[in-house]
Amino acid sequence: MMDGSKFDDGSTDTPAGEQKIRNFNLNFGPQHPAAHGVLRLVLELDGEIVERCDPHVGLLHRGTEKLMESRTYLQNLPYLDRLDYVAPMNQEHAWCLAIEKLTGTVVPRRGQLIRVLFCEIGRVLNHLMNVCSQAMDVGALTPNLWGFEEREKLMIFYERACGARLHANYFRPGGVHQDVPDKLLDDIEEWALGFPQMLDDCEGLLTENRVFKQRNVDICVVDADTALEHGYSGVMLRSAGMAWDLRRAQPYECYDEFDFKIPVGKNGDCYDRYLMRMAEMRESTSIIRQAIVKLREATGDVMARGKLSPPKRGEMKTSMEALIHHFKLYTEGFHVPEGEVYAAVEAPKGEFGVYIVGDGTNRPYRAKLRAPGYMHLQSLDHITTGHQLADVAAIIGTIDIVFGEIDR
Amino acid sequence: MSEALKELGTHIELKRPDCVLGWDVSFGELNVDVAPANIAGFVEFLKADATCRFATLVDITAVDYPDRAKRFNVIYHLLSMHQNQRIRLRVGIREDEMVPSITGIHPCANWPEREVFDMFGIIFSDHPDLRRLLTDYGFRGFPLRKDFPTTGYTEVRYDEVQKRVVYEPVQLTQDYRQFDFMSPWEGAQYILPGDEKGDAK
Repeated sequence: MMDGSKFDDGSTDTPAGEQKIRNFNLNFGPQHPAAHGVLRLVLELDGEIVERCDPHVGLLHRGTEKLMESRTYLQNLPYLDRLDYVAPMNQEHAWCLAIEKLTGTVVPRRGQLIRVLFCEIGRVLNHLMNVCSQAMDVGALTPNLWGFEEREKLMIFYERACGARLHANYFRPGGVHQDVPDKLLDDIEEWALGFPQMLDDCEGLLTENRVFKQRNVDICVVDADTALEHGYSGVMLRSAGMAWDLRRAQPYECYDEFDFKIPVGKNGDCYDRYLMRMAEMRESTSIIRQAIVKLREATGDVMARGKLSPPKRGEMKTSMEALIHHFKLYTEGFHVPEGEVYAAVEAPKGEFGVYIVGDGTNRPYRAKLRAPGYMHLQSLDHITTGHQLADVAAIIGTIDIVFGEIDR
Repeated sequence: MSEALKELGTHIELKRPDCVLGWDVSFGELNVDVAPANIAGFVEFLKADATCRFATLVDITAVDYPDRAKRFNVIYHLLSMHQNQRIRLRVGIREDEMVPSITGIHPCANWPEREVFDMFGIIFSDHPDLRRLLTDYGFRGFPLRKDFPTTGYTEVRYDEVQKRVVYEPVQLTQDYRQFDFMSPWEGAQYILPGDEKGDAK
């Protein structure tokens, strides 16, 4: 019997009567470092292959939308920072745009430019976090350390503009809270000149790295139909080959004046999305530099003075009306006309939208926050099915989720 | 922009007069009121029609108006990347009414519909998996309804004796403060102290 006819290559199980093969259920998270926060996945595995994936979300649910109904429009602004805490100012932007749409406020040019500048800094902040931590999920530690070093520099810019490193509360309806000093612009420009070097170094580590490519190429391939069916936006959508960017398609602020390219993917896999995020960071750096050049020329007010904005300090010292206005603005808040609006921005993760139903009072009757990560995460069942368990970590990294915005 | 939206609104009304109860363009956005029974067919029409092509579902949400007979408005936001347009569909329903699910047309409606069910208690018929989404396992009530208190009804704490997390009725050391900053001569809905006999005169 040594002729090889009974050779067991392990491909078939020897039936042993009572043996029954069943799928294995695995709880992934909520305390898993690759879950990027508090995500609980119930995975059904056939060996190493994922058969079904049921994400359980809501562990970070704080009832933001309910809380917003009992606060004034201005008091609600800091809640927006706490949604996607990786790029806080981009969320504030959508809230301000919605209020400005309802009240018909026009933001002065300098205010718009500062918004563009800080939105793009937010995009770099987000992509640095995402690219580097996704690399860590698939086994590369160094980019994460480098990325956080750059993030630290950017957060210091945040701090110098508004006084807070993370929860900025800087964009206000009508403009931005305070003007930025010239020295800050000089420093941001100096950073923007040096930053591409860091991206080069990072790409040197990752782009042609064998392990990184093995873990990312042809993983989580998204085509255009899947992207549309599952409501994708942002990088996830563009990786499927659709050139859709709200900054270009439905320009807000003064994005139409800027010269930037929109990276579009070809294969729709994790590796494409990594390359696109790297390219987007380069484009953002270029927008930052253009914005600084424009900011040096555009001197003027940063806020539309009126009902929505506080009076200047100097006026408050001499004018009784200004003092009353200041007091009423920060207690009662401003009133927003009746109506409903939806305002969306191209946040780093995709389309972030705010839907406000105003009833003419100082508080929103209903506020709905549309988070891009929410739609991406819900398609996890569709895109992980058939992948290996180890790929789940890479996929969670590449769809770029932050639970602040998904759970709200 | 709003000219194009008006054209689009007229086109939609002409093509599907049975679905459209009314439409308007306000704040540069197109709103269409749709009858609850026809929503699924209407969304499918918007997805397929060549001049609409609203292929992306952006969001589904609801608004609660406790005083109205049709208590809830279910809101659909759709986006057409081909035409670069947005549309908002409003479906007014009573508390005991159900809405047909559109998960068959837009698979990504799954979670938004679950969330609306979770937050408002609106039931979507034919939804494949209508479970609660964001609230706690075993949660009761519908938090985003206007009659649900912001503080909720229960609170949790870790019990040293039982060695587990226990649920208790919510106890606040200080009332949930709802300051009223409205100017009394503008928006006050209540009788000012000392002004009780004001109307009797």
